[in-house]
Amino acid sequence: MKARIKITLKNGVLDPQGKAIQHAVAALGIPGVEDVRQGKYIEVVLAEKTEEKAREAVERMCKDLLANTVIENYSYELVETP
Amino acid sequence: MLRASVIVFPGSNCDRDIKVAIEDVTGFPVNMVWHGDATVPASDIIVLPGGFSYGDYLRCGAMAAHSPIMRDVVAKAKAGTPVLGICNGFQVLCESGLLPGVLMRNASLKFVCRDVLVRVENDETFFTKCYRDDLVIRIPVAHAEGNYFTDEDTLDRLEDEGRIVFRYCDEEGEASEAANPNGSQRNIAGICDETGKILGMMPHPERLHELALGGSDGRRILESILVSQLEAFG
Repeated sequence: MKARIKITLKNGVLDPQGKAIQHAVAALGIPGVEDVRQGKYIEVVLAEKTEEKAREAVERMCKDLLANTVIENYSYELVETP
Repeated sequence: MLRASVIVFPGSNCDRDIKVAIEDVTGFPVNMVWHGDATVPASDIIVLPGGFSYGDYLRCGAMAAHSPIMRDVVAKAKAGTPVLGICNGFQVLCESGLLPGVLMRNASLKFVCRDVLVRVENDETFFTKCYRDDLVIRIPVAHAEGNYFTDEDTLDRLEDEGRIVFRYCDEEGEASEAANPNGSQRNIAGICDETGKILGMMPHPERLHELALGGSDGRRILESILVSQLEAFG
């Protein structure tokens, strides 16, 4: 099973990298970009076959390591791997 | 005999500097302890040095916080061993939960490497008793992630409990926006835990600990460690 994990900054947490990207996009001559927030995308392949156990593992790795929940939110989806 | 331990992570680069500074000022013998070890030898002070542990992968200090040695550092810290985290060490202390909050990318997005001024906010902690409140000291910073962030309630609590130990300031001692090198909330440069025995700070005291280095304002951190430990032994 594969977990596709997205880590994003919480609302209200300043994102200077997002702002820099927004300015760079404007410099490309693309108008109308009102806001940019950047984050991380992580794929984890799990040997686990049952969804419940996989969820447990992914929750734990997100909370304890992958995201810093002071400033970040995480979300994920589980997909079957062949 | 009083002893110090410096934890060495892959990517630490201020570990030798702090070792020399500790030996020089306190005379404590210093153990260099590898991140993969399971236990820290009995120590009267543990230092998490500056650098780029694990290449700053994921988030600064995040991987180091989960290294084998940190389990024992956390246990010893909770049992009362004083711990000083400098720069990357401060990031590791936050990531390991020994101190609240997180150090985010500098608001300027730039790596800031220069001397800054900080004001001493609490001269009663284990690490600051050789300073005086409101003293303005010159001390170097060198980081890209020193922008301290936490929620407002935690900030108020740190403030009320005297746990903001150093604040970036101007020459008049004003914690102004212009004097803030990284966008840190409330100009925070260093905080401590409830006991004052766990200190995390972005500036590098070891880089200005003797006049030959161009200044000695950082020296009193090390002197404070010595005085505090001697007092503890009566």
